[in-house]
Amino acid sequence: MVENRPFLTVLRHLVVLIGLIVIAFPVWMTFVASTHSQQTMLQSPIPLLPGPHLIDNYAQVLTAGFGRGFGGAPIWLTLMNSLIMALGVALGKIAISIISAFAIVYFRFPFRMWFFWAIFFTLMLPVEVRIVPTYGVVADLGMLDSYPGLIIPLIASATATFLFRQFFLSVPDELTEAARVDGASPMRFFWDILLPMSRTSIAAMFVIQFIYGWNQYLWPLLITTKESYYTVVMTVSRQANVVDSVPSWNLLMAMAMLAMLPPVLIVIFMQRQFVRGLVEVEK
Amino acid sequence: MEKRVTFNERWLPYLLVGPQIIITLVFFFWPSGQAIWQSVLIEDAFGGNSKFVWFDNFIHLFNDSDYYASVRVTVVFSFLVAAIGLALSLLLAVMADRVIRGATGYKAFLVWPYAVAPAVAGVLWGFLFNPSVGIVAWMLQGIGIEFNYVTNGNQALLLVVIAAVWNQISYNFLFFLAGLQSIPKSLIEAAAIDGAGPGRRFWDIIFPLLSPVGFFLLVVNIIYAFFGTFGVIDALTKGGPAKATEILVFKVYNDGFRGQDLGGSSAQSVILMIVVIALTIVQFRFIERRVHY
Amino acid sequence: MTRILLSSVAAAAVMASAHGAVAQTEIQWWHAMGGNLGETVNQLADGFNKSQTKYKVNPVYKGSYTDTLTAAIAAFRAKQPPHIVQVFEVGTANMMAAKGAVYPVFQLMADAKEPFDPKAFIGPVYGYYSTTDGKLLSMPFNSSTPVLYRNKELMQKAGLDPNKPPTTWPELGEMAKKAVAAGAKCGFTPQWQTWTMIENYGAWHNLPFATKANGFGGTDIELKFNDAPRIKFIQMLADWSKDKTFVYGGREGKSTALFNAGDCVFHVASSASAAGIEKALGQAKVGISMMPYSPDVIAKPQNSIIGGATLWVLQGKPKAEYEGVAKFLSYLSSTPVQAKWHQETGYVPVTLAAAEVTDKAGFYKKFPGRDVAVQELTLNPATENSKGLRIGNFVQIRDILDGELEAVWSGKKDAKTALDDAVKAGNEQLKRFEAANK
Repeated sequence: MVENRPFLTVLRHLVVLIGLIVIAFPVWMTFVASTHSQQTMLQSPIPLLPGPHLIDNYAQVLTAGFGRGFGGAPIWLTLMNSLIMALGVALGKIAISIISAFAIVYFRFPFRMWFFWAIFFTLMLPVEVRIVPTYGVVADLGMLDSYPGLIIPLIASATATFLFRQFFLSVPDELTEAARVDGASPMRFFWDILLPMSRTSIAAMFVIQFIYGWNQYLWPLLITTKESYYTVVMTVSRQANVVDSVPSWNLLMAMAMLAMLPPVLIVIFMQRQFVRGLVEVEK
Repeated sequence: MEKRVTFNERWLPYLLVGPQIIITLVFFFWPSGQAIWQSVLIEDAFGGNSKFVWFDNFIHLFNDSDYYASVRVTVVFSFLVAAIGLALSLLLAVMADRVIRGATGYKAFLVWPYAVAPAVAGVLWGFLFNPSVGIVAWMLQGIGIEFNYVTNGNQALLLVVIAAVWNQISYNFLFFLAGLQSIPKSLIEAAAIDGAGPGRRFWDIIFPLLSPVGFFLLVVNIIYAFFGTFGVIDALTKGGPAKATEILVFKVYNDGFRGQDLGGSSAQSVILMIVVIALTIVQFRFIERRVHY
Repeated sequence: MTRILLSSVAAAAVMASAHGAVAQTEIQWWHAMGGNLGETVNQLADGFNKSQTKYKVNPVYKGSYTDTLTAAIAAFRAKQPPHIVQVFEVGTANMMAAKGAVYPVFQLMADAKEPFDPKAFIGPVYGYYSTTDGKLLSMPFNSSTPVLYRNKELMQKAGLDPNKPPTTWPELGEMAKKAVAAGAKCGFTPQWQTWTMIENYGAWHNLPFATKANGFGGTDIELKFNDAPRIKFIQMLADWSKDKTFVYGGREGKSTALFNAGDCVFHVASSASAAGIEKALGQAKVGISMMPYSPDVIAKPQNSIIGGATLWVLQGKPKAEYEGVAKFLSYLSSTPVQAKWHQETGYVPVTLAAAEVTDKAGFYKKFPGRDVAVQELTLNPATENSKGLRIGNFVQIRDILDGELEAVWSGKKDAKTALDDAVKAGNEQLKRFEAANK
């Protein structure tokens, strides 16, 4: 500390605490709502403290599918599907991106910049705005209702390639020279030197892409018709989307808690690598 | 920016970029090409009647006051999301940076929102502000503010901004915090010895040193507000009331599928693609320049 | 860790394939019914699947109405359509115009030689989705009609007889004013304002919404809802909003939140909202009666029209499978199924027989007012103004109308200007629709 002014220290704690409370409040209320009966949740004001129905609600959501004995997909299966999809998207993206970034940075070959820009333009446009033709392609390839159909179209994005490219550019040329002097092949260099050095970048990408994959909503909704492929975020929206009626907030919020938990855990446990991986590139 | 030292291989690089290029061609360029083709057609949604109309869809769009309204909403929305999101996260990061002891504990809570799906975040905020059972709506009513985002367009816009900022704030916070912690303490101490107070030190030393991170985050946040907030809006307001929260990406979806006007919707996609390409080039030029120092 | 993950992936994959191994012909039914309604949908499908062994109906939830339609469009264009898709009523004209995409129900039933009696259906339920010469295009599924809900507790507080609902708009206005004076936060709020206050007000008073029998006679039509009675009516509501006799609660179903919270005395809303409203307020506090009418426009109300969604059958499947679809639609319109659907969800049954069975079972004694919807629909034989609406780009037109009405409620426009403007902008949409479907 530069100086010690008690007033400032208190102020800082206060600001951070207030920020914390504001940011955590929606999550807290979600938790609270998931511990009350449906009746309590229909009357204003709803309570601020947890109620006695925690076990009932979660047991109902976990064992009986959505709501009261909804047929079909039990929640553990939707969680499993989300996990498969998120892991597939994250690992797939990292794998294809890291090798293409390697090619673009470490080789000179015709059309190199064409390839680079072709990849780069996919950076931003979300799948929602070109959904009909994309669906058409997936259907033509026979990938509806399959894990590849859920995963592969979403790994066509440039974020990861771009990040790895930036990272490779910051790797000292001396290392490459040394490898070449030793007569190491490009792939040797990639496996033995580049890949281990990229650990933190890979971790950062993993977090971002895992969350991206986990949080998909419209895409899985469109291309799956079998309940055995439903994901958990879709399921939450299903509970929320009630026509001509009121939602069962308590169960809906219990589902929302379950849907949030895995990605939150990933972020919390990997935040150190996550930030370092991204900031290293940025500097 | 290029590498000085490279490998000489004839086929290997194609093999390495191959998977990504194939996936990009199949799942991005091919569908995008079809969207461009659709934008010069008028057809019913199922594709039964199809008529080539040149640029009628674009002309219709440029004469449509709703489209300009949507552009305006998008600009206001993106500005608010980026400005509020950056300001708040910077404030929190500056404060948390000095609160060393509790920092990790705070961080664990502050990063939570980043992991919440936009669709789920929309459901949460809709629940808090629900006019009949929402606890925040109820508290506001207690202090004399009628908050009803389902009828009041400005309040609806405010709510989607809040939800979108909330969803993105942790990401900004982590970057700012990392940026702050990489500023050498000696610099700040030197300034303190020269008699600069905390405010001066922030504006004269910390803020300029943070500006690269800040600019990067600005770009990320604008892109996020433009394209990443679909789920929040879909779950909260569906673009309403009275199109007050209908940002461009949402309008593409709404016109195409709720209104079953695929031609008009594709024309909007094409314009968005052009915007994306422009943004990409801007961002790229900027980042390329930065890597040099 | 990886090994555990991999083995669970494998387990899930095995499960998935076991799931798919069914020898029966599968019939895909895509719907938009979330929450508890979705559960009832699954039960209906289950009932059919157990009733025979040849076909298996697989109900698939596809998100909101818009998401469901998106999925169906994408799937149809990719030549992998579902057999049956649920579409909201405002999409009717656009669905009809989709040449080669839909398989009209009357034709399906004839091709499959499935017995089918149009006379068994409730007039306006059938009429909304049929051609001018009475051929059914899509199967009515979740239909409802606006009814008047009243909060008996608030009426009592205002010194009104809670068992005497208002029958005309002037009466409702008086009672609402009294209740507001006695402390109620809101006198009256309508749900789905375009549907209840413009479209149904028209049918109820035998006024046209558009030319050519509300669009049933062709696509070259013009909107007509800016007539004197409706201008007067909307202006009256706008005047009421000054003292909270009328409160605007948002588009679509949003305003029901106000009534559910016990703020409003009267609420014109979908008959299908009954269960939710009774759950929120407690059944004893809620009264249901027919919509009020304006005695200076018509001496006795005509009949109301429906809203909701229907099931469209899509083309592009092997012929044999359509027999199963026809059987399933027959099953859905059978009396016990309709009675169950009506009682559990609050939607109106498609047949009169189902309403009679429900009555005999004592259901309406237990839940008074649930029969009002059918009474309104069958009040008089439908005229060409009260049969239904067949308007192209109706989604956009409703958006326009919603926007103009909001301008009235906020005092930016008077009723005449707003309705005139809505007609003008709506006619533009109709022209665009006509051009696309020539």
